[in-house]
Amino acid sequence: MEDTICAISTSIGIGAISIVRVTGTDAIKIFDSIFDGNLNDKETHTIHYGHIKYNNEVIDEVLVMLMRGPKTYTTEDTVEINCHGGKSTTEKVLEILLSCGCRLAEPGEFTKRAFLNGRINLLEAESVNDLIVAKTDAARTLAINNVDGILTKKIRNIREKIVKILANIEVNIDYPEYQDEVQVTHNLMEEYLTDITKELKSLVDGARNGRIIKEGINIAIIGRPNVGKSSILNHLLDEEKAIVTDIPGTTRDIVEGSITLNGVAINFIDTAGIRETDDVVEKIGVDRSKRSADQADIVLFVANNNEKLTEEDLKLLEKYDSENLIIFVNKSDLEQKIEIPGNISREIIWGNTIDVNGLDSLKNAIKNKLNLDTIVNKDMSYLSNIRQIDLVNKANSAIENAYASLKNDMPIDMIEIDLRAAWEYLGEIIGDSYQDELVDNIFSNFCLGK
Amino acid sequence: MYDCIIVGGGHAGIEASHIAAKMGKKILLVTGNIKNIGDMPCNPSIGGTAKGIIVREVDALGGLMGHIADISQIQIKMLNNSKGPAVRSLRAQADKITYPKNMQDALMHTPNLTIKEAMIEDLIIEDNTVKGVVTADGEKISGKTVILTTGTYLKGNILIGSENTPGGPHGEARSNHLSDKLKEYGLKIIRLKTGTPQRIKKDSIDFSVMQEEKGDKTPWTFSFDYEPSYDVDKQQSCYLLYTNETTHKIIRDNLNKSAMYGGYATGVGPRYCPSIEDKIVRFADKERHQLFLEPESLYYDDWYLQGFSTSMPRDVQELMVYSLKGLENAIITKYAYAIEYDAIDPLQIYPSLENKVIKNLFTAGQINGTSGYEEAAGQGIIAGINASLKLDNKEPLILKRSDAYIGVLIDDLVTKGTIEPYRMLTSRAEFRLILRHDNADLRLRDYAKKCGTISDEQYNHLQEKKQKIADLTKYLKENHIKITEDNKNIFIENDIPIPSSNLTYYELLKRPEIKLSFLENFIQLDYSEEVKEQVEIDVKYEGYIKKAYKEVEKLIKLEEKEIPDDIDYSCVTNLASEARQKLAKVRPKTIAQASRISGVNPVDISVLSVYLKKEYNK
Repeated sequence: MEDTICAISTSIGIGAISIVRVTGTDAIKIFDSIFDGNLNDKETHTIHYGHIKYNNEVIDEVLVMLMRGPKTYTTEDTVEINCHGGKSTTEKVLEILLSCGCRLAEPGEFTKRAFLNGRINLLEAESVNDLIVAKTDAARTLAINNVDGILTKKIRNIREKIVKILANIEVNIDYPEYQDEVQVTHNLMEEYLTDITKELKSLVDGARNGRIIKEGINIAIIGRPNVGKSSILNHLLDEEKAIVTDIPGTTRDIVEGSITLNGVAINFIDTAGIRETDDVVEKIGVDRSKRSADQADIVLFVANNNEKLTEEDLKLLEKYDSENLIIFVNKSDLEQKIEIPGNISREIIWGNTIDVNGLDSLKNAIKNKLNLDTIVNKDMSYLSNIRQIDLVNKANSAIENAYASLKNDMPIDMIEIDLRAAWEYLGEIIGDSYQDELVDNIFSNFCLGK
Repeated sequence: MYDCIIVGGGHAGIEASHIAAKMGKKILLVTGNIKNIGDMPCNPSIGGTAKGIIVREVDALGGLMGHIADISQIQIKMLNNSKGPAVRSLRAQADKITYPKNMQDALMHTPNLTIKEAMIEDLIIEDNTVKGVVTADGEKISGKTVILTTGTYLKGNILIGSENTPGGPHGEARSNHLSDKLKEYGLKIIRLKTGTPQRIKKDSIDFSVMQEEKGDKTPWTFSFDYEPSYDVDKQQSCYLLYTNETTHKIIRDNLNKSAMYGGYATGVGPRYCPSIEDKIVRFADKERHQLFLEPESLYYDDWYLQGFSTSMPRDVQELMVYSLKGLENAIITKYAYAIEYDAIDPLQIYPSLENKVIKNLFTAGQINGTSGYEEAAGQGIIAGINASLKLDNKEPLILKRSDAYIGVLIDDLVTKGTIEPYRMLTSRAEFRLILRHDNADLRLRDYAKKCGTISDEQYNHLQEKKQKIADLTKYLKENHIKITEDNKNIFIENDIPIPSSNLTYYELLKRPEIKLSFLENFIQLDYSEEVKEQVEIDVKYEGYIKKAYKEVEKLIKLEEKEIPDDIDYSCVTNLASEARQKLAKVRPKTIAQASRISGVNPVDISVLSVYLKKEYNK
């Protein structure tokens, strides 16, 4: 009985398809829980089509290879998922698998399992051994580089806070008659948990920044046909990337291009104008536009100054209304016919691409939205890989469990179980797993004895 | 020729002798003074947090401590009763006259057991195997196995201020040569220190200014085999008092006179029971420290001043004691002292408690670096069982960390070693939700049955209990509450929300505000309290318990991956050098144990697993 592990098995960022491999006792069960098909009753070594779904949201359209043990690489049940949605979608699929009960594979772990399960022979073992060592060393170095400095300090601080609470609870347990020591009551616990939740949240927010720095961000440019989306893209990129004509519906597929703002890659995605259409090709483009917008970090909605907002405009505005929406009213060189409804509270930038007006304001608006000035300079060591983010999320849900137990009036020593789990997860991020830390803390901070 | 010779009649020696004799072996118990068998040289209590659970484990395994404490106690309390079930633990104030007397009676009535008064100064060793013991008079006694439970008697030194007197507690003679001999035979010896506080004459104490601490009104026993049979209203009280600024000043002014701070001691003392001077120095900003006065016996007048252990000279101790409120006119009947003694580095023993260097030699208790009567008893019973199993060529009984506190204790000792006397704490047990005082019999009696240390009657009783637990659980799962007007009123009277539909009793019991006793308003449950308690805990904490068992499963899988005794770590390529050294020193029995050694990283464990697979095809 082996626990179920998963990892992205293709090199990241190269190629149109990436494969996520899941192997272990519950591989099929876990995968089925996020798949709209059902592999459970399917033949081994078959391929299936379907969608990855999470919280009722379609994440990706996939082809899945089902291979039941023992005729697999690891000899355990294995599911290989062919993801089509690009890098961020693949990582999303991985994240979902992790949250549904898979563990992230260690470097070389698939091969290690293959060996330990007798799938590969002794001659190959030597190289497996080297592989484990080499990969883990590399991973270790990488991890150390990644989590050095401020981040490590942040996590240490949270852990220190938690271990002090744990030690206090332990003292209350092991020395129940020492009345001078602070008693950790439910009220006190609630205060502690609130504080820790806040700290963890700032870590998670940091995780987003880490991703921004590492991978850049995506801005989808959306709007009705012929409002000038492609012109804006070309001006932002300073090159003729997209074909610009007066004919509505010229852009039928996605056109992408990147610029750098404050050292961060900003990836613009020009989309097909969104409208009801019977043209099959254009319809596919429209669907893709919507999907890009759904997945983008920022949505740039473009409207035409020279026209009234249509029903469709308003619908889009409503759909994408969020913190991450920027409205650009294009063609400010023409007569203003547009009327902005009073209920629109998001930032509006006016400009045009004829005498190139407003584009600097647009760039500034993007910078502000992402806090680029602060995140890049302040602290380059955010949580940036999935392993770390996974662990912080686990710590977070452990604290949520503790909260739930608190509300259920569980005894403090039960609530402590989840608090302790959070402490251990955080320790894994920075490689602190000194087992006697807690006992040491009890004796250094509390005065007890015979 | 004896099957097993046990050296020392303390709490470890007693359990070792008794259990080995019970297993049909011919046993000799050698001790310096027969009258001191079962003596309690320090605190007058048995049990306490975590320790009380060990006492129940000893009882579950067929040992003596639980029942003897029950019939010798003068006050008993369930600690942490208001907290969760995992951390509850019994503690009894045991009468220091009655306890040893009852213990000696029990040993006298144990068949196969001979008791002899002598000091042991050497072992008979041939081919790295122990063959017997040598007394101070030079008498040689042959034994197939030997268990050393020497307590603080190996080169014991009593320290009071700058005075340094060779000897054990109560002015008993110490063993002068045995630890040197062990060193000669290749064992690494460490030096440890512990201490004990003053005893105060009862008539000289003004209890009226102290806070009274009474026993529980609910009757309890440690033992699973006997019902409580004492009068809860006739228990003795303990008293709570505090140090004050004057006390602290006296201590600070005289610090250099203390054996520890004056540099007269060499042993390492435990952090969890620091002397009062330690507390004053380390916690300088604390205005007061808590102390307890505990009666030692109904048959003499000494009261034990818990929390005031010190190695100050007598005149300073007097000033310190007089400064305490209620002890202004105290008569000190015994002065506090520190005691230093030799122990062996526990990394030299196997989880069976057999020595790695000398075959057939077992050790238990303070000689292995622990502190406490209960920790000693827990090891004693395991040493006794394993010496007997070894004589029968059977596999040793090794309790896992998920089986018992005793398992945690021994695993910690043999895997991590210790540099200070080791005390059990609930925080050391990662599976404490499973290792509860209430289920020690369910956890351990199957092992005991297999080893032959409990009777058929005891075993049948356990089977009945298991059946009853299953029956009650099934009943609660299969029966629904009816929401009648009468029943509604019962909910209202108890201020509990009325359930919206006809839930099962099991579902109802899951709610935090509903206890099993409340459900008895609706159903008649003809089950013992202990059965009801098990079911209630299982239902109420089901989620947590399931999670814990999942962790246990993972551990067991690793425990099953054995490391052969003959492994040569220098041949395992790619191990980090620190890991290689530690592994070679500890020589873990399983991959699980290896993973708990500090300095052995997950990578090293992977490397080791692959090596084992390759070389041994495990």
